[in-house]
Amino acid sequence: MDQSLLDKPSHAEIREEVAKLCARFPGEYWRKLDQARGYPTEFVAALTEAGYLAALIPEEYGGAGLPLSAAAAILETIHEAGCNAAACHAQMYIMGTILRHGSAAQKQRYLPKIASGELRLQAFGVTEPTSGTDTTSLRTFARREGDRYIVNGQKVWTSRAEHSDLMLLLARTTPKEQIRSRTEGLSAFIVDMRQALGQGLTIRPIRTMMNHNSTEVFFDNMAVAADNLIGDEGRGFRYILDGMNAERLLIASESIGDAKWFTRRSVDYAKERIVFGRPIGQNQGVQFPIARAYAQMRAAELLVHEGLARFEAGLHCGEQANMAKMLGAEAAWAAAEACVQTHGGFGFAEEYDVERKFREARLYQVAPISTNLVLSYVAEHVLGLPRSY
Amino acid sequence: MPAAPIKVLVPVKRVVDYNVKVRVRADGSGVETAGVKMSMNPFDEIAVEEAVRLKEKGVAGEIVAVSLGVAQCAETIRTALAMGADRGILVETDAALEPLAVAKLLTAIAAREQPGLILLGKQAIDDDMNATGQMLAALLGWPQGTFASKLTLEGDTATVTREVDGGLETVALNLPAVVTSDLRLNEPRYASLPNIMKARKKPIETVKPADLGVDPAPRLTVVKVAEPPRRQAGAKVGSVAELVQKLRQEAKVI
Repeated sequence: MDQSLLDKPSHAEIREEVAKLCARFPGEYWRKLDQARGYPTEFVAALTEAGYLAALIPEEYGGAGLPLSAAAAILETIHEAGCNAAACHAQMYIMGTILRHGSAAQKQRYLPKIASGELRLQAFGVTEPTSGTDTTSLRTFARREGDRYIVNGQKVWTSRAEHSDLMLLLARTTPKEQIRSRTEGLSAFIVDMRQALGQGLTIRPIRTMMNHNSTEVFFDNMAVAADNLIGDEGRGFRYILDGMNAERLLIASESIGDAKWFTRRSVDYAKERIVFGRPIGQNQGVQFPIARAYAQMRAAELLVHEGLARFEAGLHCGEQANMAKMLGAEAAWAAAEACVQTHGGFGFAEEYDVERKFREARLYQVAPISTNLVLSYVAEHVLGLPRSY
Repeated sequence: MPAAPIKVLVPVKRVVDYNVKVRVRADGSGVETAGVKMSMNPFDEIAVEEAVRLKEKGVAGEIVAVSLGVAQCAETIRTALAMGADRGILVETDAALEPLAVAKLLTAIAAREQPGLILLGKQAIDDDMNATGQMLAALLGWPQGTFASKLTLEGDTATVTREVDGGLETVALNLPAVVTSDLRLNEPRYASLPNIMKARKKPIETVKPADLGVDPAPRLTVVKVAEPPRRQAGAKVGSVAELVQKLRQEAKVI
């Protein structure tokens, strides 16, 4: 692949305007939210009104119809500016399941309103307390009764459920004992949480290390219209899977943005801070961790670009998407470590924003897929080693 | 009776981004611009915003953004188009442009375009000349309202509130006129994604100074560009008595 093409930041004018938007949401805004565990309503509204969250929705449904690399540029820029897209990034990509596998009626009904922001589809009900990453063992069951399904079960680590109108839900429709292959028997549904709340749906927030609006969700005889089944019954796992590479590349882009933010902060501080009569950045002990993290970020960034190029060319990109996500998250973490160490005591002071970003950056070695699972994918699916699970 | 919407010409300059800490080139010939992030001059951004607001109010019609300089100035024009300008003109030249050359080139553009209003930043943040708007008004023989913090158009008159030393001055200008924007005129918008996409399709015409019959060659010689002297650290005093003593004996000012 052409090196100069890889190096050239794409969508320059989009990055420029997103950066201008983000400049209106400085560290102080995020610090206040962090203390109150509040939702960045104004920030999300600004991104929505400016059309950025509809970047991937086709023009015929009111979006911008841009390729994945544009969404990646938007999310990277948000994180590079010190903001956090986690409160709304899923609005960009969860709709992909409806777009690719939904009926014409479902697309017409939901996509234009998702594009305008009138409907928020940013809750994704997959993970369960007893199955975790072993998705095909999930137990939440949707039982068909006439023209509706009755759902019982529980999800956990459902991000943004309190700040979403719709949920994409993966539930079992055939008991595990009756299926031929373990990827069968699961179905994907669009749940209108506004109607279901209090009618069989309960959402309980989980307080976490950082302000991520995570929740657990309970279904107690919750009714979902059969019209809201996406595609064929029993094929939901596949519908969900093929959106995962896009998600990984987007999350990797956020980590790249985080790494750039940390590195800029580290460099600025190391140049400014005078100890023993000279800037601390003159000491190689301070320089090297910053430089090493930067090198890690650049390597991950190139892999993100390769993954995006392959995705947009319609080629397989599971290898690149998984590795980019892992390396991006690790680069962000290395940059975060270097940033705290460079700042010394001030790295722990809230007003420097470093400790908040440090907590936020840690997430992406665990979510949306843990590093170990990425490694087992690479080992078994890329390198052909025997399967471990 | 409301007059027909007027055409607005908005000159925009490509400058080193305001967030960049500028560095002087080693040979003292100027400021380092290689590999440095460039953006639209913030005062020009305010001018574009004001033009777009006038258009949204229905008093301005077409907005033409014009930039002068290297080919990359097209990116600056593109930013103006994404904010709401309708089309662009790039006066492409590698020459180092001084305010007088810019004013002459803009005079020629104004003769072609016949705008009712030229709206531009009061100065550019790179060389802080604060001269182009005034020179342009003089060359065109148009009235000028500089340092505008408020602008209203009614009929053939522009009413401009100017930020002058010691207060605000309000002047009424007959159109066509030149108005330069000060910081408090407005807060520029960021472009929406649909408008960025639309801007990609808006036309930018490229002309050369020779096409406009202007020789842009510099008239000034830059002798030397140097960093300002490093600020020395201050001293803390423990009491008023110590302050007075230091002012008298060390600073020798009282």
